[in-house]
Amino acid sequence: MNPNSNDPLVMIDNERHLFKVSRSNFTDPEVFAKERERIFSTCWLYLGHESELKKPGDFVTRVVGGRSIVFNKDRQGEMRALFNSCPHRGAQVCRERKGNAKAFQCFYHGWVFGQDGALRSQPGEDSYAQGFKDDPDSNMRQVPRLESYRGLYFICYDPQAVTLEEYLGNAKEYLDLVCDQAVDGMEVIGGTQEYAMNANWKLLVENSIDGYHAVSTHATYLDYLKSMEGGLTDVGLKGVGKDLGNGHGVIEYTAPWGRPAGQWISLWGEEGKNEIDALNARNEKLYGKEKADRIAYKNRNLLIFPNLIINDIMSLTIRTFFPQSPSLLHVNAWAAGPREESEAARQFRLSNFLEFLGPGGFATPDDVEALEQCQLGYRNSQEARWNDISKGMKLDEPSMDDEAQMRAFWREWDRRLTGSEQAQGVGA
Amino acid sequence: MSVETLKAVDAAPITRPEVEDFLYLEAALLDEWRLPEWLDLFTDDAIYDIPPTDIAADASSANNLFYIADDRYRLGERVKRLMKRTAHAEYPHSKTRHQISNVRILSQEAGLVEVTCNFTTYRTKDDFSNFFFGRLLHTLDISGDDIKIKAKRVVLDTNGLRNQGRISIIL
Ligand code: FES
Ligand SMILES: [Fe+2]
Repeated sequence: MNPNSNDPLVMIDNERHLFKVSRSNFTDPEVFAKERERIFSTCWLYLGHESELKKPGDFVTRVVGGRSIVFNKDRQGEMRALFNSCPHRGAQVCRERKGNAKAFQCFYHGWVFGQDGALRSQPGEDSYAQGFKDDPDSNMRQVPRLESYRGLYFICYDPQAVTLEEYLGNAKEYLDLVCDQAVDGMEVIGGTQEYAMNANWKLLVENSIDGYHAVSTHATYLDYLKSMEGGLTDVGLKGVGKDLGNGHGVIEYTAPWGRPAGQWISLWGEEGKNEIDALNARNEKLYGKEKADRIAYKNRNLLIFPNLIINDIMSLTIRTFFPQSPSLLHVNAWAAGPREESEAARQFRLSNFLEFLGPGGFATPDDVEALEQCQLGYRNSQEARWNDISKGMKLDEPSMDDEAQMRAFWREWDRRLTGSEQAQGVGA
Repeated sequence: MSVETLKAVDAAPITRPEVEDFLYLEAALLDEWRLPEWLDLFTDDAIYDIPPTDIAADASSANNLFYIADDRYRLGERVKRLMKRTAHAEYPHSKTRHQISNVRILSQEAGLVEVTCNFTTYRTKDDFSNFFFGRLLHTLDISGDDIKIKAKRVVLDTNGLRNQGRISIIL
């Protein structure tokens, strides 16, 4: 029996500007079970990007919130999300990771389903009752909710959930700043980085929007940029952290690295400069100077509660992750960019990505190490009980290296898990 | 056999044992964390690629997101980084064992040799051990005094890195 079991999961003291999170939240199987029920079964979860399904019949299979899903485009061009389980005995119907299919056949007994999951035929059909095929239970089940915002497709397992737009709320402004970088639409670039961490998934939530750790965790990355001729501008790391409501959070800030979205570095040469100038001029014409500058020069690490990260930094990444157990998470990460981007710009984008991001980059592996070390440290959580997320709590306008955006996450997490409203009406 | 004895004789084709000795040397330098010496095995225009596992093994890093797509400069920086204490992911250094087998020379032409082999690389970090496996493709330049690596591609046979987590060592 956990002697601390009556402790709150999140402890907030607004007077003393203290925000503490119980370390048992990262290890306790009961918390993990509740998360599956109250977060991964009720929140909108990122499924994929429209550009991944180009032609009718295209599909990808994916595990989302612990469920096995087929994401496909039907003959009419409609996007669909099906539970990848055969209505007959449950086998996964589609066993490929991606492809194009007019129909899906379960190999076990040979039932065939249309792109909408409806049963088309089954061997030995005359041994079944009349009308068997018309029974909805004979079809592959559709995910109850599938909605999109600007090409990003989300699913929700709760039929009663609010609309995606309502759920995204204030985060839409930041998604727009990302999507408006393209006039022909954004696309996910080929190749998925699929990796893992021996750490609780909430550690990666915090880390992905943590402006506080760069200098010490990513010293070697910064060394690398400094050593490179023309790899950096003299712009400082400066900006704000925000609670966007509904558990979403963001840090928005200037940074010295090059941004394919509009911040040129001399490494990219004259030609690169012309291209970036043209891009910024185009955006100014389309959106006005203020927004164009924000697109070009501001970095955004955006969390869409609970587990979608869109980092519009030295490159653009879409990252989502799911817990396999309290101490293991799986990550899928993609690079994205404007469809109309030139070959050279695409190169800078991918090069910037690989320098920093991903399991072979110069920075992400050190994040993984940090999170795994935290998880190992939580072996002591009965005695050393609390994580601190207080940084910047006393400030009216918390900075990008404060923790307001993480408190946003934890308040919503706590509300969904325990029904606690202790955080409502409080500033950052 | 040391690398000095592997000098390419003009126009003489390289033999498989010579290639094997070279690959074993490369593996030993990696296992012993003699990374600056390992880096010396590469030509000035060398590349080191690890594509992700959900696209074709010969896909291009120009329009696909790889795990690693280093040119010679970034490979040098990778080595520099890994030799620092502040490369937290590899501090303290992992223990590794690079195993190579099934070495085959695919072609040799104009001083360039295409070699393929199978590999398994074991890694222990703290209390955890795991392994990477797949195929290596080396393009070796034998036109000079020493054999040099002009390109190295690591084709993983896993689905992503679910068991390995990250590629913080060199494969
Ligand atoms: S389980 Fe699919 S046809 Fe029987
Ligand atoms: Fe980081």
